[in-house]
Amino acid sequence: MRRLSAAALIGVLAGAVHGAEPSPRKSGADFMSPSTQAMQRDDTQNPAMLWIQGGEALWNAKAGKADRSCASCHGDARTSMRGVAARYPAFDRAAGKAITLGQRIDMCRQGAQQAPALKPESDDLLSLESHVAMQSRGMPMAPPRDPGTRAAAERGRQLYTRRIGQLNLSCAQCHDDNWGRKLAGATIPQGHANAYPIYRLEWQAMGSLQRRLRNCMSGVRAEVPAFGAQELVDLEAYLALRAHGMPLETPGVRP
Amino acid sequence: MRKWLVWLTWIPASAGMTLVAQAAQVRAADGGAMSVPLPGAAAGDAARGRAIVANRQVGLCLLCHTGPIPEERFQGDLAPDLAGAGDRSTAAQLRQRLVDAGSMNPATIMPSYYKTDGLEKVGANFKGKTILTAQQIEDVVAYLQTLRAQPGAAP
Ligand code: HEC
Ligand code: HEC
Ligand code: HEC
Repeated sequence: MRRLSAAALIGVLAGAVHGAEPSPRKSGADFMSPSTQAMQRDDTQNPAMLWIQGGEALWNAKAGKADRSCASCHGDARTSMRGVAARYPAFDRAAGKAITLGQRIDMCRQGAQQAPALKPESDDLLSLESHVAMQSRGMPMAPPRDPGTRAAAERGRQLYTRRIGQLNLSCAQCHDDNWGRKLAGATIPQGHANAYPIYRLEWQAMGSLQRRLRNCMSGVRAEVPAFGAQELVDLEAYLALRAHGMPLETPGVRP
Repeated sequence: MRKWLVWLTWIPASAGMTLVAQAAQVRAADGGAMSVPLPGAAAGDAARGRAIVANRQVGLCLLCHTGPIPEERFQGDLAPDLAGAGDRSTAAQLRQRLVDAGSMNPATIMPSYYKTDGLEKVGANFKGKTILTAQQIEDVVAYLQTLRAQPGAAP
């Protein structure tokens, strides 16, 4: 009994020290200026639509030794890809690990099309990925509940709460404990991943969620894992779980 | 969002390779308070200290703090205003907080500026380096001491 209440007390204290997941949950767009919000809302103003159009063209273009397009197998993305982006990252049997939507697309590219790999952060990959993600716009984030995906998310949660880098800060210290506050000129968002890939005005380009995570890591002067590293996939899986139920906003615009 | 970009810029800012162990010796010799300058550092220079605090890539202070540095437009609000810091703390306390903020508040988000141990996954450019050098710490302490409501009054 004693031990039980001690454990409960520690739980309460830990909660008090580390804060909790943000409530109510707000999308990153809620922290932006009205003009950037308008740019995201209006497809005719949203620069990401250029990449999405490019993605649609790639979807229909034959490629690789197999001489097949994505459409050859999947047909119209509007129906076949509906809801798909909302449930990535996901554990993949063949790969034996959790993979991102981009990695899933590249598996089809290399395996099914027998075409050269799509480079991380390349316009082609970001275009295909955002074209696929577009088909889930407005749908709730729905990370799979299978043990493999959940295990990845749990590893991601541990990374999320761990202090790293020369500045010794965890993701949670900024995004759970200090969201809404100003880090110099930038408002710290809650760190939800429901709008990626995004068009970022600072980059003048489209970028993936992993690019964003790598920036946060180099910001605290921590080691920055390579694109596709399992640590980044695990963090993505945790972020998806943390944002479950939030509507997918792809293609997001960020300052 | 230039300010965020600037925060992200990789700069091998600190040439300071001195270890916190030395600072700890100072503290031990001093019965807990860091009332003497860090080893190897000359007396602090407040003007240099102000420049360090104002510089987002060197001091990083204004990422979190506001302070009486009006020419820096983008200041954070994660931490108390630095105005009056010299009234609230002695030089020894200021030095202690800069060297190892965690020794004053283990849950703090303020980085320890003169410490290399207890850190995980430090980027290659920063491994084994302190954020500021001993001299830079002394300069910042000298500057913070000038931040007083009534100049000259003892804290
Ligand atoms: C020192 C504070 C800080 C730390 C630590 C930090 N971030 Fe961030 N993060 C930010 C800020 C500020 C932004 C928004 C920058 C902007 O858009 O101007 C951001 C943006 C994000 C976003 C994008 C949200 C959106 O709506 O577009 C995600 C996701 C994110 N961070 C996740 C993480 C993860 C995961 C970690 C740990 C590996 C982490 N962050 C560590 C400050 C931080
Ligand atoms: C030769 C056939 C073929 C081609 C060409 C092909 N795919 Fe696939 N794709 C598949 C099959 C089969 C699956 C299902 C695999 C499974 O579930 O194990 C799949 C799965 C997917 C998934 C995951 C769907 C889900 O529900 O999780 C995505 C996303 C995807 N493909 C995108 C693409 C894109 C983008 C291209 C073009 C670059 C492409 N595919 C080309 C056969 C193909
Ligand atoms: C990542 C955030 C962060 C950074 C960067 C940071 N601080 Fe702090 N600082 C804090 C917080 C939060 C506190 C409040 C006390 C605590 O939580 O430990 C604090 C407290 C202080 C105090 C005591 C406040 C008072 O007067 O009561 C001083 C002085 C101080 N910081 C100076 C600095 C200086 C100088 C720098 C840069 C060289 C700096 N800080 C960088 C977050 C930060």
